Amino acid sequence: MAELSHTEHRDYTGAKLGMWLFLFTEILLFGGMFLLYSIYRTVHTQEFHEAAKEMSLVLGAVNTVILLTSSMTMALSISAVKQGFRTRSLVYQAATVILGLVFLGNKFFEWRSHIQHGYYPNAPELLAMSHGKILYFGLYYVMTGIHGLHVLIGVGIICFTFILTLRGIISSADFIKLENTGLFWHLVDVIWIYLFPLFYLIT
Amino acid sequence: METSFYNTPGRFPGIFGWIFTTDHKRIGILYLISTLAFFFVGVSLGLTMRLELIRSGMHLYSAQTYNAIFTLHGVIMIFLFIIPGIPSSLGNFIMPLQIGARDVAFPKINILSWWLFIVGGAIAVTSLFTGGGPPDTGWTFYVPYSIRTGTNVSLAVFGVFLIGLSSTFTGMNFLTTIHRLRTEGMTWRRMSLFTWAIYATSWVQLLATPVIAITLLLIIIERFFGVGFFDPAKGGDPILFEHMFWIYSHPAVYIMILPAMGVVTDIIPVFARKNIFGYTAIAASSLAIAFVGYLVWGHHMFTSGMSDTARVIFSFLTFIVAVPSGIKVFNWIASLYKGSITMAAPLLYTMGFIFLFSIGGLTGLVQGALATNVHVHGTYFIVAHFHYVMFGGAAMGFFAGLHYWFPKMFGKMYEEHLAKLAWGFLFIGFNMLYFSMFVLGWEGMPRRYYDYLPKFNAPNLVSTIGSWILAMGLFIMFYNLIHSLFTGEKSGDNPWGGATLEWQTSSPPPTENFEESPVVTKGPYSYR
Repeated sequence: MAELSHTEHRDYTGAKLGMWLFLFTEILLFGGMFLLYSIYRTVHTQEFHEAAKEMSLVLGAVNTVILLTSSMTMALSISAVKQGFRTRSLVYQAATVILGLVFLGNKFFEWRSHIQHGYYPNAPELLAMSHGKILYFGLYYVMTGIHGLHVLIGVGIICFTFILTLRGIISSADFIKLENTGLFWHLVDVIWIYLFPLFYLIT
Repeated sequence: METSFYNTPGRFPGIFGWIFTTDHKRIGILYLISTLAFFFVGVSLGLTMRLELIRSGMHLYSAQTYNAIFTLHGVIMIFLFIIPGIPSSLGNFIMPLQIGARDVAFPKINILSWWLFIVGGAIAVTSLFTGGGPPDTGWTFYVPYSIRTGTNVSLAVFGVFLIGLSSTFTGMNFLTTIHRLRTEGMTWRRMSLFTWAIYATSWVQLLATPVIAITLLLIIIERFFGVGFFDPAKGGDPILFEHMFWIYSHPAVYIMILPAMGVVTDIIPVFARKNIFGYTAIAASSLAIAFVGYLVWGHHMFTSGMSDTARVIFSFLTFIVAVPSGIKVFNWIASLYKGSITMAAPLLYTMGFIFLFSIGGLTGLVQGALATNVHVHGTYFIVAHFHYVMFGGAAMGFFAGLHYWFPKMFGKMYEEHLAKLAWGFLFIGFNMLYFSMFVLGWEGMPRRYYDYLPKFNAPNLVSTIGSWILAMGLFIMFYNLIHSLFTGEKSGDNPWGGATLEWQTSSPPPTENFEESPVVTKGPYSYR
């Protein structure tokens, strides 16, 4: 378009494109860690299999359900705002934040339990174990840790979009910020969908 | 008379109108100043190294200090000068103009990229003065030493991480800009080849940088928590670190060279008054280099203990990746052939680029062949090779671009005789400094050593003297450019008679770039 307006330019497609490009970079960031996982699991298949028994399948499954539900509430918040239902969108955004925080709370308890058992990097109990087990727990903390950091960032961003929606800056006329936030949240969810079986279901 | 983008007040007064700007031209100037400032620090470190190496047995400072100096020289030159160099300064300023856009797709993310660059650079510099002192691991941060050393690796590496974020965001920004904001009539095949080069580079910045990001984070995590991914005592594999490091750092060298190739490809048609030879081949070869460049990283690791099968595959792919670069060199020469040549400074620096880059590229093949690699790995041959491609190549291309677009960015003309004099010093000094290193490396002098056997004295002396001549050339060149900022003659809008879109607006451009959005009806190099 050969238009030079002096108002801020709005390019819905461009904003989406930029967000998808950013998401590719996140996939590569986690990809480096999945690379480490795939190599070390190939070398220590049996030990990974046994180490995974230490995980609480219940807690992992509950967290998976929580995150999937939060993706649903996120998507609902976007369709609500598209149709002009501001309050409904706010409710769904708040629900997403709460679900994200519950996820993080569960992770806190999970980690604490493992740390109390002596399964943490450089712990004497862990170092006495097989290499495969040491690597498994190393990967567990690093991957779920960096993932958890992204959940926290996502929660923060949704709090921000909550305020923008409240003020009407995000509205049915311009909702790209919320859509892009939704894309980020879905990515965070998708990464967990891979983490869950790789750490909890390989027993 | 248009006011230029310098005069139009920003949202904030004074210096804040620059630090908080969202104008791609101002951001380009901000990057220009900051990357050149880091360049000078890097040059000083290099000169200091050459002083220590002037003769065998020289003891200007300790070995520990020497290790820190070459580490910093590498980190600063690579992450703070060459990688951001052309894309963030010239790319930011010129590319939107060349596609007829008003600005980039995400101006706020553009300035965020600069802030990340500055903060990351500041953190990296801080690592010199705190904790255990400056890192002494080499810019490659190989484990296990980078995990065990008491020097300030974590802080330095975190600074580099932030700089990497800057690079990633710039790549994302430029890709969206080129896809979405080309003006009416600007089809892909009417884009300038500099913009094509920036496009290919942006893909590499986007997709390769996250891998170094996670690698650097893992170094920090390893230093603090001892997780064990790269520690054999805990089941880890140090070679895996090398793989992860080079999976980014090889594509990174294409981030360094592709924009420089784009610069010279824009310059040649203007100074030969002739259309570029093989437009499609040059555009396609940029994409080919970017793609194949992801597949060759193992050639940095031939002596690391990888399997023979892996080494043969990487060697083969390394030979393949040289082909598109060769295609470009032939096309540049063919573009000059039977042209009406004006040997102004931009073209002179371009010729220097073609010559020096070719030497660097050909010696890369010596390194890519497995048998000869064993002989030259870890020697000064490698040091010579990468300085020929990165300094004689990328930096020389940067200097060519600085002279070519100087009138566009500043509305003034530099002094032509001084530019050529500087080039003479640069060319002679450069070859003395680095050709000696090919000889030294072939004769067996190892790299990253703070002292050497007396038999290596003569070429080392030549090399150090060359570094002084080179420094003289840099001084003359930058004196010329900076002095001309203040006293140079007004250049007029299009002193070179360029046909690309940036020359169809005033020099310097107004804030909105074009009075009216341009409509493009022909290619970028139509002179006849």
